[in-house]
Amino acid sequence: MSKLRRWGPGLLLLSPSLVVLAIFVYGLIIWTTKLSLSGKHSAIDESKFVGLKNFTDLFTNDINDRFVHSLKNLLIFTVVFMVGTLILGLFWAFLLERGVRAEGIFRSIYLFPMAISFVASGVVWRWLMNSGTGDQAGGINAIFGKLHLGFLESTWWTHPKWGMAAMAMPAIWQLSGYVMALFLAGFRGIPAELREAALVDGASTFQLYRRVLFPQLTPTALSVMIILGHMSMKMFDLIMSVSGAQWITEVPAVYVWQTLLTSDYAKAAAISIVLLLLVAIVIVPYLIYNNRVERSQ
Amino acid sequence: MTTTIEPAVTVTPKRTTSTVNRRSPVGRFITYLLLLVFLLIVLMPAYVLIVTSFKSGREIGVNGQWSLPSEWTFASWNKAWTALGPSFFRTFELAIPVAVISSILGAANGFVLSRWRFPGADIVFTLILFGMFIPYQAVMIPLRQIVQEIGLPPGISTLVFVHCVYGIPICTLIFRNYYATTVPIEIIEASRVDGAGLLRTFWSVILPVSAPGFVVTVIWQFTSAWNDYLFAIFMSNTRNGPITIALNALAGAQSPDYAASMAGALIASLPTLVVYIVLGRWFIGGLMAGSVKS
Repeated sequence: MSKLRRWGPGLLLLSPSLVVLAIFVYGLIIWTTKLSLSGKHSAIDESKFVGLKNFTDLFTNDINDRFVHSLKNLLIFTVVFMVGTLILGLFWAFLLERGVRAEGIFRSIYLFPMAISFVASGVVWRWLMNSGTGDQAGGINAIFGKLHLGFLESTWWTHPKWGMAAMAMPAIWQLSGYVMALFLAGFRGIPAELREAALVDGASTFQLYRRVLFPQLTPTALSVMIILGHMSMKMFDLIMSVSGAQWITEVPAVYVWQTLLTSDYAKAAAISIVLLLLVAIVIVPYLIYNNRVERSQ
Repeated sequence: MTTTIEPAVTVTPKRTTSTVNRRSPVGRFITYLLLLVFLLIVLMPAYVLIVTSFKSGREIGVNGQWSLPSEWTFASWNKAWTALGPSFFRTFELAIPVAVISSILGAANGFVLSRWRFPGADIVFTLILFGMFIPYQAVMIPLRQIVQEIGLPPGISTLVFVHCVYGIPICTLIFRNYYATTVPIEIIEASRVDGAGLLRTFWSVILPVSAPGFVVTVIWQFTSAWNDYLFAIFMSNTRNGPITIALNALAGAQSPDYAASMAGALIASLPTLVVYIVLGRWFIGGLMAGSVKS
């Protein structure tokens, strides 16, 4: 009884949020899962159970392998986006970390693209990534032309094979500053004694970073990768804004939207669940690990 | 390594010592050169946005795309404002309530999960946190149906509701970490010994020191509600939706009016940029909070 008095009020205060999340996160995921196992392919179809058929259809029986194509696009996008953002963010943090004049200004300007919506940045990046070349060059290609770097001109996201790599550029532009801020905090969290000890021991700058500082940033790098990774899987706004819903740049999140326009609920649900599983494979172990280490303290 | 999730409000610490800062003049020159080059690259899209938005229709050809307007005109700004004006104000009606409600919920939850804990609080917290990472497509189909059945009409009120719901995890995370790092457990114990209950402790001990946490969640939720497109496209339209929908309608045409689109993109970005410039220091702190650091 006294235990209940001790814990009860806390649980009570928390309960509205718990109920809401139980329904709107877990309940709706179950609902979507059920839908993905049903044959509801139009507004009037009944939702009778068809097992994993919708999932096997996605992988083996989709017109033009559309779903596999969208997964490939997502993979290219994710790799380029994560690698690009990590490298730029870490490099900027590295440049700023040892102290430069006007650090605040550099930091704020590197970070500002983050405040802007993907829809708004898509407007300008569509213009920058103008696919015209030569005399028709516009956007970035026009700059390459002027600098006599014509060989760098690119068709950007309209390239049939590597277009998604170009699509990652606006995302890199928006998120690199964020990653910089996280790494900067990571650098600043390293005790000064560690550096001093290394320098006293005669470590060169290279050794200092390679052996002392970068290893200390591993936890930061892990969280950065988790954040970027799950953002990338969900990427929707940016692609809709730069290219619109098009085959050439389609990713699963856009495919869901396109499928819903045709009222094929079961298929849209199946794609969504695949997307959820892709995220969960990474996130769930991470959350469990996080929870465990926290409790061991 | 600690696995405490990053403190919610870290003002980026000053650089540690100047002993580390001993680079040759050449090294320093290269550092600044690189920083400036990157600065220019980052600012390039902003330059394009501003310059193009002041050009007249005739000037948006292939020639001189990167040059300044030969004559500056507000025509495109007018056109963009006509298209975006109503949704601009609607988006405030969306983002402000979302920021306030989410923050209050986050503070209450964060307090319980960090300083008024019960057995299993960590597992409950992990379950809450998962909601932050899910691709919203996985809930969108039934969600659209359910809000209709609750009786919420498409548009701002529905969007306020869903942003508040799906903002609970991040706000809880921010406040939990904030309280865990800034409010000593002894203060809570003392308050309990004095016979104060949960609400009284929350009201008179916790809330007075919560301002920095509120700044972070308010900025965070305001920005994400303002910039959201996914929920908006599923649950509103150009007549009743937020500015991202209107902007996409303006800019998404087959042959868009680039000058008006870019003026529109600037209009749509202005509020978050102002928030960011005015409260930037705390915003950076908020970004740190977004990292579940192990």
